[in-house]
This record gives sequence, C-alpha cells and structure tokens, in this order.
Amino acid sequence: MDIVLQQLVNGLTLGSVYGLIAIGYTMVYGIIGMINFAHGDVYMVSSYLTAIAIALFSFFGLDSFPIIIFGTLIFTIIVTGAYGWVIERVAYRPLRNSSRLSVLISAIGMSLILQNYVQISQGARQQGIPTMLSGAIRFDIGDGFVQITYMKLFILFAAFLGMGVLTYIIQKTKLGRMCRATQQDRKMASILGINTDRVISSVFVIGAAMAALAGVLVTLDYGAFDFYVGFIIGIKAFTAAVLGGIGSLPGAMLGGVILGLSEALFAGLISSDYKDVFSFSLLVIILIFRPSGLLGKPEVEKV
Amino acid sequence: MSQETGINIGSSIKDTIIAGLLALIVFGPVVGVLLDGYEFIARIDDVVWIVAIVMAGRFAISVFVQTESGKKFVYRQLTKEDGVSVTAPDYKSKMRYIIPIVIVIGLIAPFIASKYVLTVVILGLIYVLLGLGLNIVVGLAGLLDLGFVGFYAIGAYGLALGYEYLGLGFWSMLPLAAIMAGVAGAVLGFPVLRMHGDYLAIVTLGFGEIIRLVLTNWTEFTHGPNGVSAPLPTLFGLEFKRRSSDGTPFHEFFGLSYDSAFKYIFIYLVLFLVVLAVLYVKHRLTRMPIGRAWEALREDEIACRSLGLNHVLVKLSAFTLGASTGGIAGVFFATYQGFVNPSSFTFFESALILAIVVLGGMGSTLGVVIAAFVLTVAPEMLREFADYRVLMFGILMVVMMIWKPRGLVRVTRKGFATRKGVMK
Repeated sequence: MDIVLQQLVNGLTLGSVYGLIAIGYTMVYGIIGMINFAHGDVYMVSSYLTAIAIALFSFFGLDSFPIIIFGTLIFTIIVTGAYGWVIERVAYRPLRNSSRLSVLISAIGMSLILQNYVQISQGARQQGIPTMLSGAIRFDIGDGFVQITYMKLFILFAAFLGMGVLTYIIQKTKLGRMCRATQQDRKMASILGINTDRVISSVFVIGAAMAALAGVLVTLDYGAFDFYVGFIIGIKAFTAAVLGGIGSLPGAMLGGVILGLSEALFAGLISSDYKDVFSFSLLVIILIFRPSGLLGKPEVEKV
Repeated sequence: MSQETGINIGSSIKDTIIAGLLALIVFGPVVGVLLDGYEFIARIDDVVWIVAIVMAGRFAISVFVQTESGKKFVYRQLTKEDGVSVTAPDYKSKMRYIIPIVIVIGLIAPFIASKYVLTVVILGLIYVLLGLGLNIVVGLAGLLDLGFVGFYAIGAYGLALGYEYLGLGFWSMLPLAAIMAGVAGAVLGFPVLRMHGDYLAIVTLGFGEIIRLVLTNWTEFTHGPNGVSAPLPTLFGLEFKRRSSDGTPFHEFFGLSYDSAFKYIFIYLVLFLVVLAVLYVKHRLTRMPIGRAWEALREDEIACRSLGLNHVLVKLSAFTLGASTGGIAGVFFATYQGFVNPSSFTFFESALILAIVVLGGMGSTLGVVIAAFVLTVAPEMLREFADYRVLMFGILMVVMMIWKPRGLVRVTRKGFATRKGVMK
C-alpha cells in the first residue's frame, strides 16, 4: 500500500514534468503539423544551462536559495527560448513549403547537432549540481510511510503554475488569440493580417521555455544529467502528447500526468528495468488503437 | 542607384548585429562556461571566435543575396523543380562499361588489399546494404523509419543466438534472418502503416529502442550488455579458424599456412556477391509495377488511393523488403565482428543510415552506394575529427534538406518508346 502511494506521488511529479515538455510538442504539431524532433534536446540544453547558472550565481557570491532559484529560472528560460527561436529560424523556416519528410529529417539533424554540440563543448561525462533544497514531509501509514520531499512539492507547484500561466496566455492574450487563429487556418490568419511566421516563432519560444522550466525542475531534483538525457525524456513527452491528443494543450498536461503515474506504478510494482519498454509500448498501442488520443480531434486529410 | 538594385549595407549591418547578439546568448553560456564539478572554467575566447564567425557569415550572406548573382541563386532555390530526368529511349548508359569493370575490380581487390583496408571495405559494404534497405523504405516509399537499427539487430542477434541455442550456422541464418526481420517489419508495419506518416517515424523509433532495451535487460537469454559471440561463415563445411572443432580447417585442406585474413577475404567475397544481388533485385523492382507504386504513393497518397491502389499493402511490401535487407546486413555485421552486443544498435546507428540515404538521394541507388562509402570510410581516414562526426551528420541532414532535398545524385529514369513495327 505504501509503495503504491509513494509511487503515485513520484508519478505525479514525473508526469507534471512530462506534461511541461509535451506542451512544446503539441503546440508545434498543432501549428505547423510537424514533430519537433529536437525538442527533447532543447530540454537537455536547459539542464546544462541550469548547472551553468547555478555555478555562475555561486561564483558571484549570490547563494541565498530564492535568488538562485529565480535567477536560474529566468536565465534558463530566456536562453532556452533563444535556442527555440534559432532552431526554428535555421532548420525549419526555410522548409516551410517542403514535404513533411524533409522537415522531419531536418529536425532529426538538428537533434544530432544539439547533442554533439553540447558533448563537444561540455564533455561527454555526467555533470551534476549541488543539492539546493532538502527535507521532506513524512506520512505514516500503517507499517510503512510515504515521503514527499520539499523539492517534489516545489516541482508540482512550479509545473502547475507554469501550465496555468500558459493557459492564460493562450486563452486571454492577443498573442494567444493569434496562435489559435494560426493553428486553425494558417493561410486565412495571414490574410487577416497576422504575421504567421512570427506566431510560429513565438510558439517555438514558448515550447522551449516550458521545456526549460521542466529542465530546471528535474535538474534541481535529480542533480545529475548528461548530453543524452533529452532523447528518452523527449520520446516519453511525445508519448504524453499523443496520449492526450496531439494539438490539444490540456491533453498534453493530462497525458503527461497519466503517463507519469502509470510508468511509476509499473516501475514500482512490476519491473523498473522495463519501464522504458512499457512507455514505448504504450506509445505504439495508443497510436494503433486511438491515434487521436484522449482529448484530440481525429485528423481528416483534405485534398 | 535606387534601393531595389543597390546593396543596402545598413540593413546588412543590422542583421549582422542581431545575429551576433543571438549567437552570444545561445553559444555564450554553453561554450563559454565549462562545467567542472560545481565550479566552472571560463572560455571567453572560444565564444568570441564563434560570435565573430556567425557575424561574418551572416554579413556575407546578407550582402550576397542582395547582389545580382545572389538574387539569381535565391530565385533558383525558390523555383527549383525536383523531378527526375528521363533519358532518351535509345540512350545507352556508360554504366554498362563501368559496372563489369567495378565487378572485376571488386572480385580481385581482396587478394591485393591489406587486412585493414579489407575490414574497412567490409564495413562500408555492410552500410551499403543497410542504406539500400532503408532507401526502399524512406527513399522510394517515403516512409520515415527511425528504428531501422532494430531489424539490423534482429539479423545480428539472430545469427549469434541461433548459433548458441539452435546450433544454426551462417548459411542457414542468412535466409532465416532475412525472413525474421521481414516478419518483424510486417508485424510492426501492418497496424502502423494505416495512419499518418509522422507517427510512423515515432513508432519505429520506439520499436528500435524496445529491441535494444530488451536485448540489454533480458540477460538470461541475450547475456545483456556482455554480448554474444557469433560464428564465422564456412566454405562447404570448412572452417576459417586455426584449429577446427570438427574436421579440417580451410587452410589445412588447401595446404596453405594459416592467415587470419582468409576469413575476411571470404566474408568480403560473400558480402560483395550479396550486395550485387540486392542491387540487381532493387534495380529491377524500381522498374516493376510495385516499385512504381511505391514512388507514386510517396508523391501523392490520396491520388493513389483514389486510383485504387491498396496503400497498406504497397507500403507494407516496401517496409518488409527494407527490413529483410537490414536483417541480412545484421548477419554480416555479426559474423564480421565475431561478437554482438546491444551498444552497436543505438539510435545513432539509425541516424547514420538515414544520413546515408539523405546524402545519396532519395531513391537513387548509385547515390546510396557512394554515400555509404563516404560516410563510413571518411571517419576512418579522419580519425582526429572523430568527435565532430555526429555534428557533421546533423549539419549534413539540415543542409541537404534545405539545399537539395532529393540528394546529390539526380535520379534518372530510362525512357521507353514503342518498337518499330508495333501497331500504335
């Protein structure tokens, strides 16, 4: 019993992180219909930026916890957002009218570039950061106990705050209206005077910023990362996006939480060696039986 | 001089400054701050170099596109037609002289070449096979398969595990591995191929990773990361070892002194013949209705379905054929290495094979053969740039997609005309 509860807590935090990354996949897919293969590697870059920011802050003697956390968040989100913009400008915009296959191959190329670029500049070894926030709340249940670390609480809080801010931007602001209009019909939106290229760029920046938030949170919690972390978590976040219905924003968050919970339960109760196999199999099964996901609309191909 | 024809230096400088600032934000932290434990080492001069290069490049491009030749270049890029060239019906390709010469050289070469050169060429030929297999799937049928390495792994592990558990040798596993990989491709492909193209990429990627993870974690059966040894091929039962476990080894039978190069020469010759056979089959397939159907489906799926093509079966045939070619390549890889373990079958391998197909040109056979050798032999020559290999592949993919999405070698197709005396 206590294992199940503990894994539910772990799964919820993991799932909220998947949800944050899945937002990047789902928004980009919604607006230009491509799988941004390099998104997982954008997340990976943000883990490095987190460690770099922490190292810089402590070098300049700013070592109070709130300053480091917020400084790191702002720094990482801005720089990762710049990555999102540059990637779109360099690798995807020139291919706006090409076949989907070309764009996808270009995205895979971008993913390889990011991985190798970080490997060359920072070295192939695993990196780490010092523990920032320790301590936990403990609940005794029967013979066992469930423990929620403060860091996990912080992750949940920050992740849901991030999703809330994003939902506000998409639903209420002018930029959000332009995004939704472009998503519905890019040609019509541009006829009505929306600069769709700029909207697409801002979607990439928003997606990268969400991945950066996830990167900061996960790095603060786990403390260790290498240049390869983006690959696995990228596929899982994509699974979350597909599970929730690709193109749907609430779907990405819901899919992330469901994937995180089921993966944590599988790891806790059945086998942790095969938890990645479980997630990938889940992806294959969803795509076969319900490709439109939980909240997505079925895709109709028009001539 | 009006604004339209002259070069607007002011806007170029503005572009340059923006590019420089972005380069500073993007490259500054990651390149300039080298993490060292919880401390860091500052590398300001590297950042300065990168920013300077980016600014110089942006300025050069910005000025170039405003010149006359630059405008022409941009216009050509925007209006390029990426079709195929069709040769005249009575055109005789020079290839009919080149191919026999290449075959003869290929058959003589192993007896002259050193052992090192031979091993590099064998690896190149294995990638030719892989490239040809993936070229059917990606190049001809237009299905992006990112888990191709999974079929390669099935072939390689098929040989190693088939030998360990069932005592099957190279010659029985060669066709069996092709069938096994083909069946795996069909089982994976059948449900997936009905849906949208992009999803196929992710599903196959997941499949490739599942295969690798199972090979790593199922230690009782596959010995996990420790790997399994694979048998060498035999010549009518003669083994290429120093001492044979049963009967006479090859060198004693022919009265030669033992040389470890014999086995590579033999693997090379078998592989060379298999590559020729696959090339021939592929060459014929592209001229058969099924090959035409693949390419037609790649160009316009809706039109094909409207004309009554069964798109699932057509795609499935491409997928299965590609997968079985990958399986054959896997058998050769296992026997050439004498040993397989899961680390040979990572996603990077799939990406390398994809780079071969992209560079060689979607659907071009000759291009794939050349690209496979360039991408596998060049890293052997340029060992000091080994760290930058993946970066080069990535840049290659992006640049090729923007500049020449159909690859460097243009696809040519033979033209046909009615024979004399046939009623029109």
